Amino acid sequence: MSDTVGSAQISTVKSPLFREVRKGEVRRHIITLTVRNELGVLARIATLIAGKGYNIEGLSVGETHEKGISRMTLEVIGDDVIIDQVVKQLRKLIDTLKVKDLTDTPHVERELALVKVHTATPRARDEVLRLTEIFRGRIVDVSSDTYTIEITGTDDKINAFLELLKPFGIKEMARTGKVALRREGAGQEED
Amino acid sequence: MLRKGADIVIEALKEEGVEVLFGHPGGAIMEVYDALYRDGGIRHILARHEQGAGHMAEGYAKATGKVGVAMSTSGPGATNLVTAIADAYMDSVPVVFITGQVPTHLIGNDAFQEVDIVGITRPITKHNFLVKRIEDLPLIIRQAFYIARTGRPGPVLVDIPKDITQKLSDVPIPSLEEVKESLPGYKPHTEGNIQQIKRAGKLIMEAKRPVLYVGGGAVQSEAQRELVELAELMKVPVTTTNMGKGAFPELHPLALHMLGMHGTYYANMAVYNCDLLIAVGARFDDRVTGKVEEFAPQAKIIHIDIDPASISKNIVVDVPIVGDVKIVLRKLIDEIRKEGAKIIFPEDRREWIEQIERWKKLKPLTYKNSTDIIKPQFVIEQIYEATKGEAIISTGVGQHQMWSAMFYKYSFPRQFINSGGLGTMGFGFPAGIGAKIGRPEKEVFVIDGDGSFMMTMQELITAVQYKVPVKVAIINNGYLGMVRQWQELFYERRYSEVDLSVQPDFVKLAQACGAVGFRAEKPSEVREIIEEALKVQDKPVIMDFHVDREENVLPMVPAGKSYKDMILEDGKKAVEAETMYLVG
Ligand SMILES: Cc1ncc(C[n+]2csc(CCOP(=O)(O)OP(=O)(O)O)c2C)c(N)n1
Ligand SMILES: [Mg+2]
Repeated sequence: MSDTVGSAQISTVKSPLFREVRKGEVRRHIITLTVRNELGVLARIATLIAGKGYNIEGLSVGETHEKGISRMTLEVIGDDVIIDQVVKQLRKLIDTLKVKDLTDTPHVERELALVKVHTATPRARDEVLRLTEIFRGRIVDVSSDTYTIEITGTDDKINAFLELLKPFGIKEMARTGKVALRREGAGQEED
Repeated sequence: MLRKGADIVIEALKEEGVEVLFGHPGGAIMEVYDALYRDGGIRHILARHEQGAGHMAEGYAKATGKVGVAMSTSGPGATNLVTAIADAYMDSVPVVFITGQVPTHLIGNDAFQEVDIVGITRPITKHNFLVKRIEDLPLIIRQAFYIARTGRPGPVLVDIPKDITQKLSDVPIPSLEEVKESLPGYKPHTEGNIQQIKRAGKLIMEAKRPVLYVGGGAVQSEAQRELVELAELMKVPVTTTNMGKGAFPELHPLALHMLGMHGTYYANMAVYNCDLLIAVGARFDDRVTGKVEEFAPQAKIIHIDIDPASISKNIVVDVPIVGDVKIVLRKLIDEIRKEGAKIIFPEDRREWIEQIERWKKLKPLTYKNSTDIIKPQFVIEQIYEATKGEAIISTGVGQHQMWSAMFYKYSFPRQFINSGGLGTMGFGFPAGIGAKIGRPEKEVFVIDGDGSFMMTMQELITAVQYKVPVKVAIINNGYLGMVRQWQELFYERRYSEVDLSVQPDFVKLAQACGAVGFRAEKPSEVREIIEEALKVQDKPVIMDFHVDREENVLPMVPAGKSYKDMILEDGKKAVEAETMYLVG
């Protein structure tokens, strides 16, 4: 009881309730955007995400079949609630046409990797060639002691392939970052 | 017709109905200033610092609802605008900023007075443009105005390289239709989802203890009539944020005045105890909610806002409605009238309204006056009385700002102009000049702090030059008062670097600039000099009120605490949870 509020008419109850505060799970999100290919559009998107304290884990950009319209796929690890906020703010950008968080929508995603692997011995060459065939990759460049392999697929597939190549020694590699499209008939189209 | 890019700028501004520009020239923007001179059809106010120009444009926009325009040269001119741009962004003020840029071929060369202002302002503009081709210039300027004033308003910057202002082109000024078509990714939702509106109507009819929580969005959309109608129809008490002041008349019996950190006891008690909170054009800022877990802990929440990204940002809401406040409120009232005509019940609300009346009586907004020392609150009450509550008030940031929010009663939208989101000291005076230029028929009082005033006082000479009769009331406590108050309350009175007792003689300063200066040191002098100031109509007036140095702004909810931790005007800790009205 406080003495500063002396009104007897104020009824009293002991336990105030607490408002639920939103806090989501932290996980990897895959967000696709259709954007107008205007000056600074990528910088704007990157600034917005960095401004939330998040890092862009993966990014791919390319022009679509429509002139001046690009498609971007972003991978960001973050709290569901804050990502929801990011998506809403991305939608507000003047140059974004559509923004969708595909994480919980059935979708297809693919990535391409180029891997340069040491193949100094004939045995290594045989072995790497066999692995490449199993993973439906292609050898796109050959030197006296390296193969450069192109492989596409999901995260899991590419990671498994890289794991198997590790013992040979990976000299260099580059990944494109994912591209993703919603499976037709799944979820709602929205902007 | 072939004309220079600079002429296109002026032509497009006129097409937008721009009457006045606030700016400062320099190398990269000289062509535009030349076109302005040759055209002669737009008034220009030469601010003495670009920050001043930016805040003037904001004050103009806040007071009139029109888009303000500020202009500067490249480099330092542009960076001097940055604070005003950030300020406009935080408070959703429609301002178009035009900056000159080095010629296209020098961009990226670290050329003289080059700065990447588009990069710098990317996170603090609603949108910004670098004009790369003269053919795009008229469209971009019109897009800038369209984006600035529609949806959730905000600042837009257009950076124009010097060569673009010099080139010739016959590109026409596009129509508004063309502007809209050119922005396929920009479609503000204004209408509000009717299903959600119906749900909201039902909740309002069922609520026992509803409160309307009204923010700046209601001012922007000019929804005062709708708010009053809804509040009266459903007997809902109304609290406004700092930015929402004037959206609901404060003398109305249902007015609870401001909520939050320096809100009234009764507003905060009502919000803490309500079972339905109807947030209208407000964004649940931390200065309003305090500790989020204990903000309106029992309430269902309806949130009406034009900005989908504002909804459920800080707090989970039950009924989100994205749309223009005025339009949505109108539909909501129609729904309620249609559905609920039978359930209208001043009776059902009586208990709640009576409870609020008791809170109002128990802890009204008040202060202890004195006969030998001027209390800051007294000055503001006197200004209120002398202006019959009809003046536009613009403030700096600090204690004086909060007292201006508390002790002047606002009755119309756009009456209270201050820097709510960014909290920019130095905003008040130039913004007041801009407001007076936009609304010359109104008395404009700048209620400023000594610290705040000193941040932009160079604009005094601007106000003298253009004969802008703003009345500046300096609430002179010789301190960075708000910081001192926090040091007193939370740092055991260690007054680190807040003493401003070394300061100019503001009366002489006014005189030196050709303005009028008055000083009051005793309570009996206060009203007198306000009346004197009101007689001056051709130049600015500085009133230097020497007030009680260590007066505090109370009530206060310490940062991050809940409303129950409110410190009241008599200095006592307010309320224990047990004494609250909470039911169920
Ligand atoms: C540009 C800027 N710098 C610093 C601050 C931090 N600050 C907030 S209130 C305040 C003191 C303001 O002093 P004054 O204008 O004299 O107002 P008072 O509180 O004394 O009424 C300061 C330094 C700020 N809000 N803005
Ligand atoms: Mg002060």
